[in-house]
Amino acid sequence: MERPAAERLPVTDGYQVVQVRQAVRRWSQDLGFSLIDQTKIVTAASELARNVVQHGGGGQATIEVVFEGPRRGLRLTFEDEGPGIPDINLAMKEGYTTAGGLGLGLPGSKRLSNEFSICSTPGEGTRVVITRWK
Amino acid sequence: MERIPILKMGELLLVSIQVDMHDRLAIQLQDDLTSQIAATSARGVLIDISALEMVDSFMGRMIANIASMSRVLDAETVVVGMRPAVAITLVELGMSLPGVRTALDVERGMALLAEEMGGVRHGTAGR
Repeated sequence: MERPAAERLPVTDGYQVVQVRQAVRRWSQDLGFSLIDQTKIVTAASELARNVVQHGGGGQATIEVVFEGPRRGLRLTFEDEGPGIPDINLAMKEGYTTAGGLGLGLPGSKRLSNEFSICSTPGEGTRVVITRWK
Repeated sequence: MERIPILKMGELLLVSIQVDMHDRLAIQLQDDLTSQIAATSARGVLIDISALEMVDSFMGRMIANIASMSRVLDAETVVVGMRPAVAITLVELGMSLPGVRTALDVERGMALLAEEMGGVRHGTAGR
């Protein structure tokens, strides 16, 4: 049976962060990603899903396969309706943290992806989209 | 309650992480190990992560915390079995785990700890 080309998962607690990791692992395996590329996108997904729980008060993750000419990739979207990020440049800075972590989540997941975009509106929420091409 | 088992062998504590850890489980392991080091007067801690398919910044921080806490409690920690893909990803993520001793496998990790402790005395009570 053909798997639909997208999957949406709730991200409200630590258990669901693990479920997101496992789903991203399955999708990247199905796409034929190398082991290193699988590990990179799963790790980026874990960082961003944790952000949704810790900073966004929960939200959702969407996993989809994208095509561009002959190449295929995996695109992950993390959305929350939390307080938003007042200063994105600051949030993207290595080591900047508001949750007592290491401040590696956003800059680290950007490094682990081929494409990265973030938009956030204070009071409305945050959306981060990453893509890793095969 | 869900827990990662900690095995005592002589003056060593052994942990093999076999599950995809959620954050609370990681914190629980950190707390359990720290109290076990104190309770058993362990001199060394060996953590096998060969089953882990990924280590993110949260788990990386937990591993670094265990290493620092055990050092303060007069025990050495060695992390063994990190998969190459995990190592590459961790460094790219920005975590190089400073202060954490690593070895390729359990045997080398044990040898490192034995050297560190000046010869492990299995089965002896106290230090």
